[in-house]
Amino acid sequence: MTKRGIRVLVAKPGLDGHDRGAKIIVRALRDAGMEVIYTGLRQTPDQIVNTALQEDVDCIGLSILSGAHNVILPRIMALLRQKEIDDILVIAGGIIPDQDIPALKESGISEVFPPGTSTETIIEYVKNNIRQKSP
Amino acid sequence: MPETSERLSRFTTISGVPIKNLYTPADLEGFDYVQDLGDPGHSPYTRGIHPTMYRGKLWTMRQFSGFGTAEDTNQRFHYLLSQGQSGLSVAFHLPTLMGIDSDDPMSDGEVGRCGVAMDSLADMEALFREIDLEKITVSMTTNAPAAIIWSMYLVNAQKRGFELSKISGTIQNDILKEYIAQKTWIFPPQPSIRLITDIFHFASVSVPRWNTISISGYHIREAGSTALQELAFTLRDGIEYVEAAIKSGLKVDQFAPRLSFFFNAHNDLFEEVAKYRAARKVWYRVMKERFGAKDPRSWALRFHAQTAGCSLTAQQPFNNIIRTTIQALAAILGGTQSLHTNSMDETYALPTEKAVLIALRTQQILAAESGVANTIDPLAGSYFLEKLTLQMEQGCWEYFERIDAMGGMIAAIENGFPQKEIQEASYRYQKAVEEKEKILVGVNGYLSKEEYPIETLYIDTEVDQRQKARLRQVKASRNQSAVQDSLSALRKAAASTDNLVPYIMTCAQEYATLGEICDVLRSVFGTYVEPIF
Repeated sequence: MTKRGIRVLVAKPGLDGHDRGAKIIVRALRDAGMEVIYTGLRQTPDQIVNTALQEDVDCIGLSILSGAHNVILPRIMALLRQKEIDDILVIAGGIIPDQDIPALKESGISEVFPPGTSTETIIEYVKNNIRQKSP
Repeated sequence: MPETSERLSRFTTISGVPIKNLYTPADLEGFDYVQDLGDPGHSPYTRGIHPTMYRGKLWTMRQFSGFGTAEDTNQRFHYLLSQGQSGLSVAFHLPTLMGIDSDDPMSDGEVGRCGVAMDSLADMEALFREIDLEKITVSMTTNAPAAIIWSMYLVNAQKRGFELSKISGTIQNDILKEYIAQKTWIFPPQPSIRLITDIFHFASVSVPRWNTISISGYHIREAGSTALQELAFTLRDGIEYVEAAIKSGLKVDQFAPRLSFFFNAHNDLFEEVAKYRAARKVWYRVMKERFGAKDPRSWALRFHAQTAGCSLTAQQPFNNIIRTTIQALAAILGGTQSLHTNSMDETYALPTEKAVLIALRTQQILAAESGVANTIDPLAGSYFLEKLTLQMEQGCWEYFERIDAMGGMIAAIENGFPQKEIQEASYRYQKAVEEKEKILVGVNGYLSKEEYPIETLYIDTEVDQRQKARLRQVKASRNQSAVQDSLSALRKAAASTDNLVPYIMTCAQEYATLGEICDVLRSVFGTYVEPIF
């Protein structure tokens, strides 16, 4: 069996249209040799989880700048748990205050990257933290 | 060290434009004071649109704000006015910008987060309680649903006994930059443009002091464009609106004096000042030569500026005060008519009252203490600045040519042209930062081991409950058949060529909700589907 590359879904939950960061991440991950799928704007938790399953991704990167992260991100994690998916790494970025990060991590988000994070840091994080896919 | 050695191999502006070591009269060959600058208040308006500029009247200090329910924001407005702010500027929450109500499932988690919730006339009434709408000018950042929000504003003003001919303010009402950059669109381009020209027609007769559009480069820049792209795409959007209005039967001088612009104020001081000065010069020629405008008020480009949110850093956030100061200075040296200064905590959340006060004080310090407002266009005649201004102008004409050749801005947007240009520029800048070609203090240089914590605004989750309760109450207490009648009339009008503003005002008056009104329009106009690049 040939070893496949890392597959990442970059998703935009929430109602905001700020996709500058998401698009930079898409391009940087592609330049780093990963296969990247971008959802486009305003995806519901259901849409995101379904796309992640269909595309069989190793990682979901969530970009949200609307302030709705405390409500929406835990819903995505709950849906993944409900579908018994534990082999997808989920990371997030956007306008997220420090005090909200512990609860987001509690809900299963592995890491939250603040504005100003280098794409190199994110690439390394994804490479080092993707999980072994269940057979 | 030999005299020829320099500390960098290449010096560029933040937009990547090469900068020479020295500018001299040789850079301004053929430069002519009357042709290229003119006195302030005179064509081509490079030096400013008023003969007296800030010696006559300072710029309007207008902080953009909105969060929670209308009552929460009304309180913030009263606070800002009590601190010497001279105009209001409303931020609406995302469900409102997308034309849905607070009780829509897509609104979960979003109510009151990015701005104030505006579901019906009841919210508009609460938002401006105890504020004199004939004395204060109000700017409202609303685009796709602008006709609806504006109608609610007008109905509220009328109900309180203010005359529409006396009230003044601005609606952003610029859908093209939504397709290009900010992406809060609802309807496809053609019906969106029709709503905009309906507003132009209605205002020219009934609300003559209203600024019917604020053609915006701010969001284009925030999406990662260069300064030149911001300028060129914004002015080209302006040309598209003028063409549409003329096509809809208006004479250029009937509406052009009420057009206004909105630009970003970024870190690179001279490049920014050049951008504003070139904007006035280019727009003058566009209005005079391309559209044959005769009224000097149609020639003069008026603009609002906001400091660059995207330049603020989450690292060492107190440094953001300094960045904002430099950016505000650029806007003032560039002759802005009004200004919003960002708060230091905005990479985390909406700003706290304390942070907003420092941002407002920043403008007051520049106005009262720095001395830069004592004379008009003080940088004029600088070899460097004038050269940058000429380059900016030249670049702008070149972009116009390319977009004209594509068949105009809507066609260019459909081809993804401005979107791709911005994406490229944004990625180039990110690379330059990561390769340390551009240094950002606290991000890729001058890092601190210790970070000082900063307070952030916390919006309680009760906001959502309070807003939904009000919406339920509004829906329960209104005249249901009058609501249905007003919505049916709007549906019919939308399918015809009637001006929609009076129909929407009737809906608003009957407390039809924003979501209900937009649903009617969505059913007739359809919705925009974004091409993904």
